[in-house]
Amino acid sequence: MTLKVLAIDDSRTIRELLRVAMEGAGFDYSSACDGVEGVKRFSEVVPDVVITDINMPNMDGYGVIEAIRGGNLESKVPILVLTTESGDKLKARARAAGATGWIVKPFDDAALVSVVRRVTGAA
Amino acid sequence: MMSNPILDTFFEETEELLEALAEGLAAMQAGDHEAETLNSVFRAVHSIKGGAGAFKMTELVGFAHHFETVLDAVRSNALDLNPAIMHTLTRSADFLSNLVEAARSGASISEDVTAGFLAALQQCFGDKQIESVDAWDNFEFAAITLDLDTPQVDVSVETNTINRFVITFRPYAALYTNGHEPALLIGALGDLGTISAQFDADVLAEWEDFDPLDPRLSWTIELQTEESETQVLEVFEFVQGICDLTISPLRTVAPISSPLIAASAQALTGPAPVPMPTTGVFREAAPPPKGEAAVPSVKTTDAKADEASGNKGPKPTLRVDLERVDRLINTVGELIINQAMIAQRFADMTDTTDDDLVIHIENYRLLARDIQEGVMAIRAQPVKSLFQRMSRIVREAADATGKIAELITIGEGTEVDKTVVERLADPLTHMVRNSVDHGLEGPEARLAAGKPAVGTIKLSASHRSGSVFITVKDDGAGLNRPKILGIAKKKGLIAPDADLSDSEIDGLLFLPGFSTAETISNLSGRGVGLDVVRNSVAALGGRVSIASVPGQGTEFTITLPLTLAVMDGMVVTVAGDTLVVPITSIIETIRPLPGDLHRIGTDDMLLSIRGRMIPVVDVARSLGFVSKSDQSMAPLLLLVESETLGECALVVDAVQDQRQVVIKSLESNFGTVPGVSAATVLGDGRIALILDPEAIAANRMGPQSPVANFSPSHGRSAHANL
Amino acid sequence: MQTSSEPTKTSVEFVTFSAGDQSFSLEITQVREIRRWSPVTALPHAPVEVLGVMNLRGSVIPIYDLAARFGLGSTKENPRNVIVVAMHGNQTVGLLVEAVSEILSVSRDKIQDTPDIRSDMARQSITGVIPIEDGMTRVIDLGAVLYPNGRSLS
Repeated sequence: MTLKVLAIDDSRTIRELLRVAMEGAGFDYSSACDGVEGVKRFSEVVPDVVITDINMPNMDGYGVIEAIRGGNLESKVPILVLTTESGDKLKARARAAGATGWIVKPFDDAALVSVVRRVTGAA
Repeated sequence: MMSNPILDTFFEETEELLEALAEGLAAMQAGDHEAETLNSVFRAVHSIKGGAGAFKMTELVGFAHHFETVLDAVRSNALDLNPAIMHTLTRSADFLSNLVEAARSGASISEDVTAGFLAALQQCFGDKQIESVDAWDNFEFAAITLDLDTPQVDVSVETNTINRFVITFRPYAALYTNGHEPALLIGALGDLGTISAQFDADVLAEWEDFDPLDPRLSWTIELQTEESETQVLEVFEFVQGICDLTISPLRTVAPISSPLIAASAQALTGPAPVPMPTTGVFREAAPPPKGEAAVPSVKTTDAKADEASGNKGPKPTLRVDLERVDRLINTVGELIINQAMIAQRFADMTDTTDDDLVIHIENYRLLARDIQEGVMAIRAQPVKSLFQRMSRIVREAADATGKIAELITIGEGTEVDKTVVERLADPLTHMVRNSVDHGLEGPEARLAAGKPAVGTIKLSASHRSGSVFITVKDDGAGLNRPKILGIAKKKGLIAPDADLSDSEIDGLLFLPGFSTAETISNLSGRGVGLDVVRNSVAALGGRVSIASVPGQGTEFTITLPLTLAVMDGMVVTVAGDTLVVPITSIIETIRPLPGDLHRIGTDDMLLSIRGRMIPVVDVARSLGFVSKSDQSMAPLLLLVESETLGECALVVDAVQDQRQVVIKSLESNFGTVPGVSAATVLGDGRIALILDPEAIAANRMGPQSPVANFSPSHGRSAHANL
Repeated sequence: MQTSSEPTKTSVEFVTFSAGDQSFSLEITQVREIRRWSPVTALPHAPVEVLGVMNLRGSVIPIYDLAARFGLGSTKENPRNVIVVAMHGNQTVGLLVEAVSEILSVSRDKIQDTPDIRSDMARQSITGVIPIEDGMTRVIDLGAVLYPNGRSLS
């Protein structure tokens, strides 16, 4: 079964770069441009892993995590946050919010794929 | 730079982000300090930084990072906005734009300049030591040597030695809810070497107390690996703090040979390893407190922002290849010509009267027109982005000339064709710079004149009766007419004894080579005169006019046709050929009485009309066509409004009719033709030239006719191929 | 029009035509189509070799009298006159010629350098000559024909 990835980021550029990396690894790729749309797509796509940006309009990354982890969804799907920061504070905050892991921008395609495989156990 | 479609996307998106940034900063400047506004400004720079990082644009990323730091402090209220900081933010946004441009074109920006802007940003913090958004800290793994009773084992970190570790791992509930799978983590350990994992079954003894949400399962894993402790720790990078984890070197000599070993420690030779729970690297006495203070505040401001922004859901849009739209426009233009041809043929068939067909043909015409308007509307864009760019121009011009100026915009939402927006950028820039440089007085002079020190440039756009009006108005000193007249006479642009009305004097500014600046200021003397502005506007099928009141200010008005490709024209005969004259230029048609025409000199004629004398221009001669008309007949005159001459009368053989014509460019395949602005296709399929009345009339002014210098130049290739 | 042998990798195809009683050719990659003569709208103050502009399916293209351009006198009106519609970069132009002769397929080594020609302009506008049945055909440099004062493609 092909791994399904859902990416949520308000930057078109980042969404395209993620597409190249994910589809290049043979994964199924869907995307959304903000948290609100992301949560909607989540229910439609039922992904195996979610990659989300933090700073987005309408609903930010933390909101996305909260919506996916709590409420009606209560999902334990692996969620990776995309961040330009690599400081401890952010990591702790992401983890506390419910993120499974993080990817630091700018990301290396191979590193990204490796993290996705790590948290999903995908081939 | 590599040619990469995502790179194109990046630059496209960055343009939009820069616009949003400018918009947000303008709102902040005007007093809007709503959380959503501050956030959107931060996000714009943050997103630019994110994309730029992906393409390794280090200069851009570096500056954006520091800019973002200040913006983050502002949005989290760690920094109060004051005029000085606002000023720095606005200038930084301008500089960011420059860096993007440099990244696009491959140019480089002087380090000194960059350092200057960085220093200004740093200055915002004054003496405060604000924690940077991104501490650029690398997650460091402290290599702790364990304090054991027994002599220490040397845990080598070289990869070609074999290291042995024993790891105890007990996830907390949060580890599971964060989407982690212990099996995956243990599996990852296995990827480092050989493992033997033992599940601690004791917890299952109290089955009734087992809580699936907090299973309290734990494992002991022995790992034999060539990797270092750092690599081992990295496997657990994401779960730090949501598990109990200890990693200890294993003081044994014998390698682990079988994957599964008995729970008993006797399978190992030597003393059993002693896990040291209190001095392992990862240790948490309790799970971290849920919900740090920062998180809820983000939530509430977001909720507030959602209410405040009033359900700003994105409008469904479609991204379309511009080429497809242009092709569609071309085809629709053909449709209109086709309709005109059919209508003409039908009209020529004098022996048939079919009322129904007349109606059908008329419906066809209206439908074709509707389609055209719809298609042109696809290319329509609000002038907002163009106007926003002007605020920067005003800022820079004011800084460079020692004036204080602010830009007010009206009608930003007015839509014009995309090409128009692009091609108005240069002329508008020049006019705005002009207004600041020459129009506005310096602060002291303004105060002395009872005006506020801050000069106002008002930029407005509106639609009215089929045209778009764009005006640039300043509240400066107005045009110095005596000076303009003097310079024009000195340069021989007009006769020494010429007597011109105020508006005629104002129009002199549009003559080529005209410049009132005796000294070249920082802005003027760039070689772009108002005549170039006029030509650019004329090439779009429009006109520009000027009005001024001494002491109060000057206003430029650009009039453009609403639809780029279609124009109302008067179809006339000149020297036996069919030409089209834009209706917007024509005031009236006149069949003069013999007594109204007066010869002066050998070649020139004047028309006496309503008490004034107006120059008459023989269009055929201007264009170098041999006049085939009967000279004895009184000519037909078109009275046109000219910027340089006021009114002027053009001689034509006859008027055929008035209709809407589709404008076809001459530039793409040929170049600029003096006296002609474009061409159109008539009902019979032949090309008719569209006259530029301004150029025809202006030819009378100069000492030598520019029309005689025929040198086709390849025009702009960015023109939509109409 | 006769077609010669199939083009091979080292051969080039040309369209040859006559203007001013001489033979000229253009690389076939530059030729878009051949059209019958149709009325042309004169341009103001145009030099004698620019006949005017013509409607090509909605686009306005300039028509050049090739013979006049090469100083061979204006092309005489003749029902066999055709317009060679050619492309130079993004520009589409039309060349009025007396008649189109044939399509030549020539291997690159058969194209000879331009021999000494009196007229400077002619020498600049001709990139080479190819021997044909009854003489030579001159290969045209379209850019030089359109811009005798030298201008690069934008």
